[in-house]
Amino acid sequence: MTNLKTCLGGAALLAGAAMFAGTATAADTIKIGASLAVTGPASFLGDPEAKTLELYVDKINKDGGVNGKQLELIVYDDGGNANNARTFATRLVEDDGIVAMVGGSTTGATMAMVPVFEDAGIPFISLAGAVVIIDPVKEFTFKTPHTDRMACEKIFTDMKARGIAKIGMISGTGGFGKSMRGQCLDVVGSYGIEVVADETYGPKDSDMTPQLTNIKSAEGLQAVINPGFGQGPAIVTRNYRQLGIEVPLYQSHGVASKSFIDLAGDAAEGVRLPASALLVAEKLPDSDPQKAVVLGYKTAYEEATGQPVSTFGGHAYDGLMILVEAMKRAGSEDPAAIRDEIEKTSGFMGTAGVVNMSADDHLGLDLSAFRMLEIKDGDWALVE
Amino acid sequence: MAEFLQFCVSGLTVGAVYALVALGFTIIYNASDVVNFAQGEFVMIGGMATVFLTAAGVPLPLAALIAIAAAMVVGLALHRLAIEPARGASPVTLIIITIGASIFLRGLAQVVFDRQFHSLPSFSGDTPIQFGGAAILPQSFWVLAGAGIIVLALWAFFNRTLLGKAVLATAANRLAARLVGINTSFVVGFSFVVSAAIGAIAGILVTPITLTSYDIGTLLALKGFAAAMLGGMGNPLGAIVGGLAVGLLEAFGAGYLSSTYKDAIAFIVILGVLFVMPGGLFGRASVERV
Repeated sequence: MTNLKTCLGGAALLAGAAMFAGTATAADTIKIGASLAVTGPASFLGDPEAKTLELYVDKINKDGGVNGKQLELIVYDDGGNANNARTFATRLVEDDGIVAMVGGSTTGATMAMVPVFEDAGIPFISLAGAVVIIDPVKEFTFKTPHTDRMACEKIFTDMKARGIAKIGMISGTGGFGKSMRGQCLDVVGSYGIEVVADETYGPKDSDMTPQLTNIKSAEGLQAVINPGFGQGPAIVTRNYRQLGIEVPLYQSHGVASKSFIDLAGDAAEGVRLPASALLVAEKLPDSDPQKAVVLGYKTAYEEATGQPVSTFGGHAYDGLMILVEAMKRAGSEDPAAIRDEIEKTSGFMGTAGVVNMSADDHLGLDLSAFRMLEIKDGDWALVE
Repeated sequence: MAEFLQFCVSGLTVGAVYALVALGFTIIYNASDVVNFAQGEFVMIGGMATVFLTAAGVPLPLAALIAIAAAMVVGLALHRLAIEPARGASPVTLIIITIGASIFLRGLAQVVFDRQFHSLPSFSGDTPIQFGGAAILPQSFWVLAGAGIIVLALWAFFNRTLLGKAVLATAANRLAARLVGINTSFVVGFSFVVSAAIGAIAGILVTPITLTSYDIGTLLALKGFAAAMLGGMGNPLGAIVGGLAVGLLEAFGAGYLSSTYKDAIAFIVILGVLFVMPGGLFGRASVERV
């Protein structure tokens, strides 16, 4: 009896999965694939991405589709797992017959899927962060989010403008913090800035005062930068104020969310960080060419989902729009033609900034994509 | 000197939390020979429940009491539903059951609460107190005082009350305890409830400093277990000393040697101590005395 129940349950699940995965396969639709971390530890990335894709594919279809055809979005949930992502990528190519792919929420999942799409010759726009995705350039692989290297450069540019030459670093040892620390150390020299203290903390540490005490006593300290992600930077910020360190504190784009301000509380006042314009959509001056795009996306997303907008959903918006415009320009659904047009994307205004791709730049963003923000009265304020 | 004091304060505050988790391990271990790896989840329940209750408008003291009560109910349920039905199984089996319970509780917390990090306002402000060049958060005093009061209360309970003595008797020899009329099943269940309460109190006290989320229990259980082993498994005094020692080792390791290897430094010292004294700092002798 129990076995029978399990069987029935399993069959129902399978049927559900099949319905979720693919519906009618009418010949007059353009199939776009996505494998996202909708659930699991990276769901804060994949969940807004999936919602954004579904929302905008619906919108585009209501407005008549692309090249006179309706879009058909096929979303799989890889849970951030690289093995699952690879399996889904193969299924999307071989069984579902997609013409283009958006997503890959995490760098791991993206890198696992790259060979599948490169072999099949299908354009793949990743939504993950790391620079390895597009460096070295791969023929069919693109990405929309800015890299951590750009975040470092943005911070150092701001420091230089303030006349800061000696800084301390306190970095998380998780994937994000580690990668950004490496990128920052790599580019810091070209800004004439010297790192006088370099400390780290574990991703689950709950007290960073010993490390900050050492940084505080470093000779000639003028600012501190904290590459990290999750609750670590909030604790660093609190400990920073506890120890009464007076020099400016810079956080990374990894904490660019309201929850950071909530967690760090009053200690967050005066903290600077590079972030997407999406966070300050309403505060942008009307003359800002990005304002219409970010405000439009923010309003649409928040109305449809009832949740606050996140930069990650914005990356999915950028990816889908770049793809749709490329398909319109190509005038066909031939994957190779779409790829060529994606590479020719220029002057595209997305939530992350202006995208100008080329044969050796499959990201196409420059430093203007980041806005330097300062936390004032518990809210974001534009520095520039 | 100011740096040394700062490291001490940092180490003692974190160490007090490890000590309270280790104390929870000790109480259950004494009563039942089980190392309860769901101990860290009690800390999480205390913190998370208080956060969500205060967010719903419940005043902080009441929210804290409800959170402690909730943890006690979970502790009792853990004993009645998972440990008691498997009585007679070897301690290893029971330990694996507690690991399963901790994974289950973490999953449940994701559904009941959420996956975000949360904080509580400090009980008496955020203005650090300057002492000899070191900055101490008022909340650190709450944590240290809370830990001190719990230790004193436990000492009085075990030495001054009949029920406390019944727990000690069960710990010493369960069969003999049963023969003199002690309801040992009740005593073991009771020890789970007390451990849960201690864990929850620790969770509430530290949330303003360390923040909380559904998965903070894992690391706390690991550190608390290390502290309990260092002090000597089953010895309450050892749990306290072990907890504070692990906290101080981490702070000094991060401060004076290398922040990258801070956890490694703490664990190397623990391994070194256990190598020389396999029973832990307060191990063997006290266990026999009990």
